Amino acid sequence: MSIASVPSQNTRFTRILLVFRDVVSRPSGAIGLTLVVAHLVLALISPLIVPYDYKTMNSALMLTGPDGTHWLGTDHVGRDVFTRVLLGGREALLVTGVATPIAVIWGGFVGIFFGLVGGRIDEVMMRVVDAFLSLPWILKMLVLIVTFGTGIEVLIPTLAFFYGIPVIRIARAATHDVVARDFVSAARARGHGRMTIIRRELLPNVLDTLMVEGAMRWSWMLLAFSSLSFLGFGVSPPTPDWGLMIADARGFMSFAPWGVLGPVIALSSLIIGINLTADALAKALGIDRAQKAPV
Amino acid sequence: MLRMLLRRLFLGAVTVAIVSVIIFSGVELLPGDACTAFLEREAKGKLLENCREAQGLNRPAVERYIDWAVNAIQGDLGVSANGQKSISELVGNRLQNSLLLAACSLALGVPLAIFFGVVTGLWRDRPIDLFLSTLSIFAMTIPEFVSATVLILLFSVWLGWLPGIVLTPAHAPASEFFPEILLPVLVLTMVMTAHILRMVRSSVIEVMAGDYVQMATLKGVPYWRIVFRHALPNALLPAINVVALTVAWLLGGVVVIEVVFNYPGLGRMMIDSISDRDLPVVQAIALIIATVYVGVNLSADMLTMIANPRLRTMHMRRK
Repeated sequence: MSIASVPSQNTRFTRILLVFRDVVSRPSGAIGLTLVVAHLVLALISPLIVPYDYKTMNSALMLTGPDGTHWLGTDHVGRDVFTRVLLGGREALLVTGVATPIAVIWGGFVGIFFGLVGGRIDEVMMRVVDAFLSLPWILKMLVLIVTFGTGIEVLIPTLAFFYGIPVIRIARAATHDVVARDFVSAARARGHGRMTIIRRELLPNVLDTLMVEGAMRWSWMLLAFSSLSFLGFGVSPPTPDWGLMIADARGFMSFAPWGVLGPVIALSSLIIGINLTADALAKALGIDRAQKAPV
Repeated sequence: MLRMLLRRLFLGAVTVAIVSVIIFSGVELLPGDACTAFLEREAKGKLLENCREAQGLNRPAVERYIDWAVNAIQGDLGVSANGQKSISELVGNRLQNSLLLAACSLALGVPLAIFFGVVTGLWRDRPIDLFLSTLSIFAMTIPEFVSATVLILLFSVWLGWLPGIVLTPAHAPASEFFPEILLPVLVLTMVMTAHILRMVRSSVIEVMAGDYVQMATLKGVPYWRIVFRHALPNALLPAINVVALTVAWLLGGVVVIEVVFNYPGLGRMMIDSISDRDLPVVQAIALIIATVYVGVNLSADMLTMIANPRLRTMHMRRK
C-alpha cells in the first residue's frame, strides 16, 4: 500500500505493472481479463467483420436453423443471428463504459468528502443514501426512463446517478479507515484545505477500493442495462442488443433455441469475465469483498 | 440494550420517512402529474380538470404529502389513477403472491446455502469447494432473466418436466400456484443460495483460523465437536444479516423474474403500472417495498444483537 504522499510517476507505474502481473497470474484474472478484452475488441471491430446487415429482414429465411451460411441461424424476421450477436454488446458497452467512471467519480468524491467532514451532515447524508438504497434499482430507473425516454442520453445519466449512490457508502467507509491516521492530522496541522487533503492524502489510499468497486459496478450496470432492454425499456429496435434479442427470441424457443442461446452465451461470458477480473483485482490489491452484498 | 433497540427502530422509521419524501417529490418533480400521465400528455380541459379534482391535485404539494403519508400509515394507499379502485385492495393479493414466492425461495435456499457454505468453508480449495464456488459465481453474476430463460429452455421446453409460465390468476389461493411456481422459485433460490453461500464460506474460514479453535484442537477436542460447538455458532451469526440483505435484493430481482414467468406478484404490477403511468400505484408499491426492506434489515440487526452476547453488552462496557 502506498502511504500518505502521492507516489512519484515512476513508482506509480511500477505498481500498476505489479498489480497487473498479479491479476494475470491468477487463473480467474487471466480468464476474466481475456474475456473482457475479447469483448471490447469485438465491440470495436464488429461492424467491419459482420457477415450480414443487422437489420435486413427476409421473410424467406424466418427461423432457419444454423448452417454454413447463417452460423447461428436466423431470427423471426429473417435476420442473421450471428451478425446480431456480434453487434449486440456495443450499445451496452458504450452506455455502461461511460456511466461507470462517472458513477465511481461522483460517488467516490461525495463519499470521501462526507467521510472527511463527518458530524451531523454526514449522519443526515447517510440516511438519505440508505433511503435511496432501500428502493429497488429497477423502480428508480424505470420511473425516470418512462418519463424521459429510452435513449442513450437518458440511460447514461440515470445509470451513472443511481449506481454512484452505493459508491458513496463504500468510499465513505474506506475514508473512515484512513481519516483518523496520523498523516491526515499532520496535513490538517500544516493547514491544508479540505480539497488538498482529499487529493493528496485520502484519494491515494481510497483509490484501490474504488477501483474494485468500479469493476463491480460495471458488471451490475451491465446487468441492469440488459434487464431493461429485456423488459423493453432499454435499446429500441432494430438496434441489436443481447437483452432485447433474448426477449424477442424467447417466444420461439421451443423450435429455434439458437436465437436465445447466442445472446445468452455472449452476455454471460462478458459479465462473468468482468466479475472474475474484479475478483482477481480485489485479491491482488488485498481488498476483501466476500461480504459485499448486491445493492 | 433497550435504548439501542429503540434507537435502531427510530433510525429505521426515519429512513422510511425519507424514502416517502423521495418517492413523493420524485413523482412531483417529473414533468406532468398523475392525471396528465394517465390521460396522455396532451389532455386538456374538462377531463383533466375532473381527474385533478378527483385526485385532489389542486391543493399545494406539502398538504398533499402530509395527507398521503398520514393515510399510508393508516393502511390507506389512495386510489389508482383511473380513480376506480382502492390501491390497498389491488396490492393486497399481489403482495401475498410475491411473499409466497419469496418464502418458498427462502425456505429452500437458506438451509441449502448454509449447508454448502459450511462444506466449502471446511474443505477450502478442495475440488468440492472449487466446483461450488465457481458455480456460485455463475449463479450470482448472470442476469436473472438469462438464467430464467435457460432454465425454461432446459426444464420446460426440452425435458418437459415443469411448466415454464404461470397462468394462475392473481386472486387464486396459494395452493393453486403449484407446480407453476417451482421454476421461478428455482431461479430465485439459485441466485440467493450463491450469495449466502459465499458469505458463510468466508465466515467459516475466518472462524476456523481463530485462536480458540486452535486452542480447542490443541487440547484434543474432536474435530466435529469443534466445528459444531465452537466454530459454527460464531460463523453463522453474520449470516443473519446477509439473509436480510438477500431478502431485500429479492424484492428487486423478483421484478424481472415475475415478468419472465408472468407471475402475478407485486413486481409485475409495478412494471404494469409504470407502463400505464399509473403514478399513485407506483408510489404505493415503492413505499411498500421500501418499508419491507427497512423492516427486514431492522429485524436482522436486532436478531444479531440479541444472539450475540458481545453486541448485547457493548454499550454497558462503554459506560
